[in-house]
Amino acid sequence: MVSAPPAEAAPKPRRDPGNRDTAGLGVGRAVGFLAPGMLLIGIFLIFPALWTIYIGLTNYSLTGTASTSPAFVGLDNFAEALDDGLFGNALWLTLLYVIGSAVLGQNILGFALAWFLRGARPWLRRTVEAFVLLSWILPSVVVAYLWIALLDRDGGTLGALLGSPGTAWLVEYPMASLIVFNTWRGTAFSMMLYGSALAVVPPSQLETARSVGASGWQTVRDVVFPHIRGHVLTNTLLISLWTANDFTSFLLTAGGPNHESETVPVFIYRQAISSGRLGYAAAISFLLLLVNLVVALVYLLLLRKRS
Amino acid sequence: MTAGQVVRRTGYVAFMAVVLAFFAVPMLWLASAPFDSDPGLGLQWPDWTLHNWQATFDHPYALGSLVNSVVLCVVATAVTTVLATLAAYALSRVRIPGRDALLYLLLLLSSVVTGTAAMVPIFVMMFQLGLINSQYATGLVIAGGMLPAAIFILKDFIDSVPRSYEESARVFGASPTQVLLHVVLPVARPGIATILVWAFVQAWGNFLLPFLLLRDVEAQPAAVLLTTLKDEGGSANLTVIPVFSLLYAVPVVALYLFVSKRYGFRFHGGIKA
Repeated sequence: MVSAPPAEAAPKPRRDPGNRDTAGLGVGRAVGFLAPGMLLIGIFLIFPALWTIYIGLTNYSLTGTASTSPAFVGLDNFAEALDDGLFGNALWLTLLYVIGSAVLGQNILGFALAWFLRGARPWLRRTVEAFVLLSWILPSVVVAYLWIALLDRDGGTLGALLGSPGTAWLVEYPMASLIVFNTWRGTAFSMMLYGSALAVVPPSQLETARSVGASGWQTVRDVVFPHIRGHVLTNTLLISLWTANDFTSFLLTAGGPNHESETVPVFIYRQAISSGRLGYAAAISFLLLLVNLVVALVYLLLLRKRS
Repeated sequence: MTAGQVVRRTGYVAFMAVVLAFFAVPMLWLASAPFDSDPGLGLQWPDWTLHNWQATFDHPYALGSLVNSVVLCVVATAVTTVLATLAAYALSRVRIPGRDALLYLLLLLSSVVTGTAAMVPIFVMMFQLGLINSQYATGLVIAGGMLPAAIFILKDFIDSVPRSYEESARVFGASPTQVLLHVVLPVARPGIATILVWAFVQAWGNFLLPFLLLRDVEAQPAAVLLTTLKDEGGSANLTVIPVFSLLYAVPVVALYLFVSKRYGFRFHGGIKA
């Protein structure tokens, strides 16, 4: 049954050994190996993504008559989103969250750590890296409690450290707290990415920069940055995408107080589950999917160009 | 040392101290509160006791939710690892028509269709199928979300397995399935182990999907139960939360330590592995 696959029989020289079916699997069996995984991806990723478009065009809801017989409402949900002050608010807060904690926070702190830890003593380097990584790998629910405890009004550690308890950080400055939190949470990725990117900067150029008396900042700007420009761009795209989709903020503030920290993911959840407006929430989800798609496509294009 | 060097050195030490404090201080609570007889939200030197541990073990749902977490993770991890290995092997060794397009599609899917963006259709789908509160179905949903990235990483690993082994096995008359089971799998073990641990940790920490799909406290994993722990007064139950947080976090940290010790901390295009 397993006859020699076409690639094997082709007489022309093959430069890519990946095309040779050394295992004698054959296309038929290979498709069989692939099928179960693709089926699951089809059911739980592709179908939901496409179905979102349809649900977003209806007034489907969790309760009431629209739950049993939803009506097709065309683009009404999108028109409503344009007028919805709460959606505008969610977009604005998401933008703040992404720019504050990803584009600036994680990016700059991650680079600074990678840069300054290069020459650090091994014990210092290992200790700092361990804590930065730990903040990244701990489950989000645990991390949320850690920060609730840190920022609590009465007994919070931050208040005690500052000697001025009585500030309910998550209530009085919800967005600022979330931005600092997410910087803490995600810096590890940028640190590691820049750590490996810095390895490609030729040491001789750094040496030259030092010998002509360039300051640290000048070295980073004129010697290091040109080498890692591509990494900065791809890193920024990835962490922005993750931050825009981050649901952990829900565990800290649940969008409150009074929608002051309601980013788009939390907005979608509250519209869909708390208010039961599934059609409207699906329309917003579709917009989020579109933004994700554009960012991911740009990311892939950049990767392709680099290689 | 010149004055400039002193300033720079001081700045460096100050930067490191601040960064270390920034990352470490929030975590110390997890080390002190579980052992404190009067746990508060603030950080304090504990008045040592193991009473909180007793209270946590006596909690009606705490241990059950850890079992639920294990069930959920085993389903999601087993499905992800097995299906991803099969798919990655086929993609690595056979030039299926449209393979490159498929690989790009997988890469796109892994980052575009996030749990957040897909929560509405997934909730509606499970709701209509009557699968709300089904742990197995939730495990499958989580596996579906992890598969594209898992296939992608594993294909990289299997690509680096030398083909000469398979050729020799074929020469001696092994069937393709035997080649996969007895030649490829043992050689690709580090990759598979990485995916296994990665998938387990992802599923263990996943909050959004179980939170959406498992509404019944009897079926909820630790991630969801932890957010609902209240005492009689309705405020956060500070006797149980710290201990339970620690119990829930330890497997993740242990698995990371295991993998990084055994196989090195590897870095796969944006995936914690």
